[in-house]
Amino acid sequence: MSETPSPLGPIAIQFALLSVVAVGGVNAVTPEIHRQVVETSHWMSSREFSELFAVAQATPGPNMLIATLVGWKVGSWLGAIVATVAVVGPSSVIVYTVSRLWDRFRDLPWRKVVQAGMAPVVVGLIGSSGYILAKGGAADWRGMLVVAASAILIWRTRLNPLWMLAGAAGLSLLGVV
Amino acid sequence: MSHTPSQNPAPPDPTELELFTGFLGASLRGFGGVFVMGRRMLVEEKRWLTPDEFVEILGVCQFLPGANIVNVSVAVGQRFRGWRGSLASLAGLIVAPGAISVGLAALFLHYAFIPQVSRAMGAVAAAAAGLVIGTAVKMAGPLLKQDGVLAIPICLGTLIAAGVLHWPLIVVLLVMAPAGAALAWVRRAR
Repeated sequence: MSETPSPLGPIAIQFALLSVVAVGGVNAVTPEIHRQVVETSHWMSSREFSELFAVAQATPGPNMLIATLVGWKVGSWLGAIVATVAVVGPSSVIVYTVSRLWDRFRDLPWRKVVQAGMAPVVVGLIGSSGYILAKGGAADWRGMLVVAASAILIWRTRLNPLWMLAGAAGLSLLGVV
Repeated sequence: MSHTPSQNPAPPDPTELELFTGFLGASLRGFGGVFVMGRRMLVEEKRWLTPDEFVEILGVCQFLPGANIVNVSVAVGQRFRGWRGSLASLAGLIVAPGAISVGLAALFLHYAFIPQVSRAMGAVAAAAAGLVIGTAVKMAGPLLKQDGVLAIPICLGTLIAAGVLHWPLIVVLLVMAPAGAALAWVRRAR
């Protein structure tokens, strides 16, 4: 039944697998989505990927919207639904199961060590997300300046991130960047 | 037999619809991630969870795969209304933002032939990349303060493996997570 040439099957399988290993959230999985969608499957260019990511960031809602948008770009509305269900479903089933067995999970002695060891891995993954997205999104040195300015603002201030996105659009329309 | 019923309010008991609308509201107010708004909604506005209960749920959710706020919505839904509650919370969190983001992306692609629109989108993409880099730097701060000997090699190793060498995620995790846990184990007594 599933012998169709559409990319929905591969999208569903890849995102469902990602869902199970998505420790650290979707920002940490972005390098892997980029690798599969841009480098392995050639469904879009690196620039298009960075643009979709920007749309996901500019939309209210959880960061996993990047998966929805990749699905939409590759397979329209059905693709968006398939990708969203695939990326949210398996991890949610795990969380649902664990939350029914809450107390047994809470005090596992090795949880602290594993979590302490995982934290720098997650930070490294999020850093590489930013690096890959910047390579796709910043066309020249002015783009790099926008990357740097936005990174410093989110790091050093409590500004709502929407201001950085809107500011970049505004500066571009004014011809500054 | 308390004479001050106001000190013992009824335990929270949200229905499926309330879970759906609660997470929908938090989601639509959450730009750049719903985590902050989700906590505010659960702990401060609806008081479905105490601050301690929130931290406890979050601790387990961070340990499991998936986006934190998505996991929290499933766990909170389960706690109050079983699997129907999980579905209601999850739907509230993702359906409307998903539709909005697809609408925005379609709008952008429709006008992408205009050079100014395409250039502006490039600038926004650069800013979005900067947000992710800045977030990583922000998260690295406390780790460095806590234990730089653990944080620096594991962070940099992961950054190079995933960002430069483009290793598949599963390989990165299989190499770096045990390395990080082993290093944390060795240095736990400090």
